[in-house]
Amino acid sequence: MEANAQRDTDSQAKDRQDADGQANFDRVIAEDSRIEPKDWMPDAYRKTLLRQISQHAHSEIIGMQPEANWISRAPSLKRKAILMAKVQDEAGHGLYLYSAAETLGQTRDKMTADLIAGKARYSSIFNYPARTWADMGAIGWLVDGAAICNQVPLCRASYGPYGRAMVRVCKEESFHQRQGFEILLELAHGTPEQKQMAQDAVNRWYAPALMMFGPPDDDSPNSKQSMAWNIKRFSNDELRSRFVGMMVEQVRVLGLTLPDSEIRFNEDTKKWEHGPLDWDEFHEVLAGRGPCNAQRLERRREAHDDGAWVREAAAAYAAKQSLKTKEYAA
Amino acid sequence: MGGESATRITPGNALRPEDIALEVRTGLAKPTEDVAEYALRLGDDGLILAQRLGHWISRGPELEEDVALGNIALDQLGHARSFLTYAGGAWDKTEDELAYFRREHEFRSAAIFEQPNGDFAATIARQFIVSYYQFELYRRLTESTDATLAAIAAKAVKEVDYHRDHSAQWVLRLAGGTEESRARMIQGLKQMWPYVAELFQDDELTTRLTETGAAVAPSTLKADFDRLTGEILAEAELEVPVVPAAPGGGRHGRHSEHLGYLLAEMQVLAREYPGASW
Repeated sequence: MEANAQRDTDSQAKDRQDADGQANFDRVIAEDSRIEPKDWMPDAYRKTLLRQISQHAHSEIIGMQPEANWISRAPSLKRKAILMAKVQDEAGHGLYLYSAAETLGQTRDKMTADLIAGKARYSSIFNYPARTWADMGAIGWLVDGAAICNQVPLCRASYGPYGRAMVRVCKEESFHQRQGFEILLELAHGTPEQKQMAQDAVNRWYAPALMMFGPPDDDSPNSKQSMAWNIKRFSNDELRSRFVGMMVEQVRVLGLTLPDSEIRFNEDTKKWEHGPLDWDEFHEVLAGRGPCNAQRLERRREAHDDGAWVREAAAAYAAKQSLKTKEYAA
Repeated sequence: MGGESATRITPGNALRPEDIALEVRTGLAKPTEDVAEYALRLGDDGLILAQRLGHWISRGPELEEDVALGNIALDQLGHARSFLTYAGGAWDKTEDELAYFRREHEFRSAAIFEQPNGDFAATIARQFIVSYYQFELYRRLTESTDATLAAIAAKAVKEVDYHRDHSAQWVLRLAGGTEESRARMIQGLKQMWPYVAELFQDDELTTRLTETGAAVAPSTLKADFDRLTGEILAEAELEVPVVPAAPGGGRHGRHSEHLGYLLAEMQVLAREYPGASW
């Protein structure tokens, strides 16, 4: 009897804490202020963020591969240096984002294990191959460009560590987009073969880049809740439309074309519209059946497995050192 | 670990390859034939090492190592670009013409730089040797009578100091970690040590340039290299490997079988479109 009474009191206390926590959470969201790691938050909010931030981190890490593929063959030393720095930045972004996700109670080891076991998702665009040097331009211009459109509003995400990580990520991403644009500009003004290479890359990356914003609004079940929580600020279609508008302007400067004859500015809605996208392909790639899914995961798994003995050694050494320090202090 | 490169610590003071190119073009800096040959050696060392290290980016044992090895690769590439740009001043060639359009026997790098990455321990062993060698070299080269060599060295030495720290920390960790890591570290050092001797060989070029004060005689770096690497190895309770020295020859264009593959990959795109701008 006493034990039951105790349980009741505990559960009542927890209910009260939850009610207070929820009230505080609701107030913070209503004020458009920030939730911090130690604040009470609804489980669903925590899960949504954890899923989104870890997927974002995985995308940075898998996204290193198509570009790292060209480091050794970059056609000038300056381009090689820029590409190395860019891919290195992506590792850095992965690190900030894994750290942000860790504040929600998940370890980096667990997230990595999920990724290499094929249980976690990452942006499906990185499952397409980077076939030519011009892909370094198209990835920077279109893929990083779409990422920036998506990510700038995330700098104001209601979860503090995520928003702050995104501020840093966005600064670097804007350099990345400019370097991609510059690669394409140089190619577009180069020899006819170079210009053709640039156009071909833009043709291949355009539609996958548009699909980076996620499914159309009427097929995006999680968006509404994310917007209510101030994680997401604009809908997928809204961001996609903005992106198309930016690309229309920039492609003219490049002297290239976008492979979409249906792009137009709708005077009534004041929004940019584009031709139909192949959402079946999107879902196929997302489900693991894209051109490079197996290759990307295998490469990550291989690096992880090859590095296991190094991580074990570092941990063992650190443990011995801390023991030595303790003995010395005693 | 890794740390930030010195270029970022001293913004505005860093000498960029573009600055050297401008000085060369406007005639402010023009290397003698000997200095150009010497700069070519140091540039090729950095370039070949950067090409090797770049492979680790996206393949490191931890993300932190992707970043650290990427940083070191970038630093090495930066030094290479400066040295090659300066060397090219004697022959009216750009850094890219030198990097992409020379043949294997025209490269002047020492053999250690082209050694395959192997496992992480072999890469660390190569970094350990190279960074302690380069630190001693660049430290002295800051006093070169050739102002451009001195300026490149002044920037490089700060960066290579971090590379030393990175490699030494890993030698200690791997040697003092697990049985497996210790065995691998010992093996890595054994694999790379035969190529140490070549780094410290004087020849006619370095002898002539040492007389003018432009260069440093490689043999004079050996005592400090031995002492400092010896201290780290002792702390790690490792022996200096007793292995026969490889004969060398890289400074005169005689390379191991590894370099051909490395160059084939590095040069393929540039050669597919000769004369193109990127």
